[in-house]
Amino acid sequence: MQTELSVNGRPVKVEAAPDTPLLWVLRDELGLTGTKYGCGMGLCGACVVHVAGQPVRTCVTPVSAVAGKPITTVEGVERDRLGRTVQEAWLAMGVPQCGYCQAGQIMSAVALLRRSPHPTDADIDSAMAGNICRCGTYPRIRAAIHRAAGQLRGSP
Amino acid sequence: MSGRKPGGEGTLTRREVLKGAAALGGLALCVRRSGTIALAGEAPVYGAAAFPGGVVDNPLVFVSIRPDDTVLVTVHRPEMGQGIRTSLALVVADELEAEWPRVRVTQAPADEARYGSQDTDGSRSMRHFFEPMRRVGAAARMMLAGAAAARWDVPVSEVIAERQQVLHRGTGRRLSYGDLALEAMRQPLPEPKQVRLKDPAQFRYIGKSSTRSADGADIVAGRAVYGTDTRLDGMLHAVVARPAVLGGKLVHYDAQAALAVPGVVRVVEIAAHPMPAQYYPLGGVAVLATNTWAAIKGREALKLQWDDGANGSYDSRRFEAILRSAVRQPAKVVRNQGDAMAALRKGGRRIEAEYYLPFLAHASMEPPAATARIVGGRCEVWAPVQAPQATRDLVTSLLGMKEPDVTVHVTLLGGAFGRKSLPDFAGEAALLSKAMQGRPVRVMWTREDDIRHDYYQAVSLERLEAVLGPDGMPLAWLHRSAAPTENATFEAGAEGEDQTEYGMGMINVPLRIPNVRLEIPNVPARTRIGWFRSVYNIAHGFAIQSFLDELAHAAGRDPRAYQLDLIGPPRRIDPRSLSDEWNYGESPVLYPLDTGRLRAVIERATLEARWGRPMAKGHGLGLAATYSFMSYAAAVIEVRVGAGGEIAIPRVDIAFDCGPQVNPDRIRAQLEGACIMGLTVAMRGEITFKEGRVQQSNFNDYPVLRMPEAPREIRVHLQPSSFAVPPGGVGEPGLPPIAPALCNAIFAATGRRLRRLPIGNPLSGPAAEGSST
Repeated sequence: MQTELSVNGRPVKVEAAPDTPLLWVLRDELGLTGTKYGCGMGLCGACVVHVAGQPVRTCVTPVSAVAGKPITTVEGVERDRLGRTVQEAWLAMGVPQCGYCQAGQIMSAVALLRRSPHPTDADIDSAMAGNICRCGTYPRIRAAIHRAAGQLRGSP
Repeated sequence: MSGRKPGGEGTLTRREVLKGAAALGGLALCVRRSGTIALAGEAPVYGAAAFPGGVVDNPLVFVSIRPDDTVLVTVHRPEMGQGIRTSLALVVADELEAEWPRVRVTQAPADEARYGSQDTDGSRSMRHFFEPMRRVGAAARMMLAGAAAARWDVPVSEVIAERQQVLHRGTGRRLSYGDLALEAMRQPLPEPKQVRLKDPAQFRYIGKSSTRSADGADIVAGRAVYGTDTRLDGMLHAVVARPAVLGGKLVHYDAQAALAVPGVVRVVEIAAHPMPAQYYPLGGVAVLATNTWAAIKGREALKLQWDDGANGSYDSRRFEAILRSAVRQPAKVVRNQGDAMAALRKGGRRIEAEYYLPFLAHASMEPPAATARIVGGRCEVWAPVQAPQATRDLVTSLLGMKEPDVTVHVTLLGGAFGRKSLPDFAGEAALLSKAMQGRPVRVMWTREDDIRHDYYQAVSLERLEAVLGPDGMPLAWLHRSAAPTENATFEAGAEGEDQTEYGMGMINVPLRIPNVRLEIPNVPARTRIGWFRSVYNIAHGFAIQSFLDELAHAAGRDPRAYQLDLIGPPRRIDPRSLSDEWNYGESPVLYPLDTGRLRAVIERATLEARWGRPMAKGHGLGLAATYSFMSYAAAVIEVRVGAGGEIAIPRVDIAFDCGPQVNPDRIRAQLEGACIMGLTVAMRGEITFKEGRVQQSNFNDYPVLRMPEAPREIRVHLQPSSFAVPPGGVGEPGLPPIAPALCNAIFAATGRRLRRLPIGNPLSGPAAEGSST
């Protein structure tokens, strides 16, 4: 079945069974491999993208549910200042180790900062609890979110 | 081991077994027998030289400079998050006097004859390749200087190569490295003795944390390419139904419904390799499809009938009883000084305890995945593997090819932690491509596949007994460690830890106790056993460091002072005097066990944590210190235990001495990560078997630490060192002290002694788990 999607600002048509998780459409059909498989059950957050600005777990989201809605993946996150600021904070704090989960972490962090520009540690815990990092970069993720929030406010 | 002692880190063992198997098939293969334990009449070989491939330090292998002044540095060790692509490259760049922004890192394919040892485990990359990569950079710089001197027709002593230019001091003429690249390549390689290394005071990158990550920008933009990300024209996606029980055999399968799933192209049986499993594919039925989802749906539609075989009765609860029985009987003695049994019989204040570590799965965020294609009789594989050459050997053997016809490209590893040292998944990709007449096939393991078909960290039961003298110090120490050996994965019937396994933190404990007896019971392995970050150090460290805390409390002493007293004054202990003939494969002269450094990390961690400060109700501090992979680590964990047993960790202080620090920020990152992984081991991780099957499947029933549970603050304190000291390991040594430090902190906070991992969060069970004291 053909589905029309809008990914990173570009309209695309994909052939996929309607129950196909968006994850596999992005990765296998569109070649957007920045979005990662980690669990297939919405447990780890490696596959988070934004659909209409909201963080969504693509491994449990059928492609039919997102037809026509704007999708942003990690490959498109640098298109706005918020996304770039988070990416820069990730590099400045030396967050990534293996890096595999970091696309999902960044997408969750960007969504957090969009709705909550001054997140507390509790806000961060709550927003990021769904993203697993097996390398254990959590303390640096927390620090990078605070740093990005500070920069977006215009303070250092 | 056929009467031969095991070699370094098990690597030779693994490769020998594989190559031995190939030899049976008619291929004449000869593995250089070296290793760290000398046979009679053989001089011992240590360090990288003991590994197949050894060391290569030819600059033409690792450095190439383009006319546009880009410096390409080849890194031959796989990147799995430890930062080695950055750290080895910056070592080369520093000695080369390259400008880091112009350095590009390329990843070497599997080729140990060309690059030297690529087997990336045992926290060895910097230990073994810091000096060789310095020589690479320094030799390349000399060749550039030589090329400039030749072009200007001046003595080489008049030119200086720095900041990616060569300068003629007399005239001020300059040439960029890019201008000189072609001529420099034709310069003679400097004789090893002529290669002049920098004075460490002149280092620009080494020890500075000033270099941007080689991969960071790609990672945050989603451009970094892992094993799951390979894409080739016409590629099929495969998932495999494997036997749920190790050694199980496929009796019958019906693929009709699977083939009816839209997108499914073929269903292919993969033959099971006879046990032992080694790193051959487990066998089963593969579903190949035009996309991953169709392959997953197709696999769900398979009708499969298995014969579980002898392991179908395996039950990890019953196995625990076997372990418990084993540690309560005399066993093979691996270290004996004085007469511990007599001292224990004589009586006095006697303490005994048993500690349990369950099986663990690695659960790297990227599950195993690999891609293969065969074109014109040549196979190419793309895989996230810690052991590239072993992967190449495996594919060569499985396809009946010759080594030059097999290329293994090493992708980034999305975490590995020891799992990806064993490349069974790459073998699957190669076999499936062959079955599809060479068409590219990517094998994807689901999380369930990963959790259920891992090479598990061995379950372990540790029993310790001690008798305290009138001063509260132990007069006798008996330690029995019962765990399946990793050797059983390669050698049918192997039982009990070998000396590379009890050599991890059990035998090499430098405590001043007059009577010491260490024993290893023979217990079988009924699952695939592998290596998990820091390996047997996890169980040994947990048991010994918990037991010392118990002894201190029994003696009415402060655990810090008690442990320091037991370690005694600073001295350099020859590991052989502790019956440790292995010493992580390193020279006992170059790498003695330095109790001064062990003391220093304990003193530093406790100082930074303000050990002894008054604690609020429900709060406690716990200390543990371990020596592993030639590095010294001490952790002080502050815990808060709520009324319902909820555990929170406000702060961890870790003092670490790995000798010289090449990339301090990445060392800190490794220590932070090891702390969090160690806390998952302590609080969460447990794999169990019933009817031979792993009972866990995904992050719902094999949970790992998440952000809210992680320590709010992890403070890593790196001990000052010198580049005159040989480097120690970094990736693993941070993990062993974490579980005991946490459990000791919980004891301090609550009086509850926890001897069984994982402890859960919130804590559950009776006030005193495990055996009584």
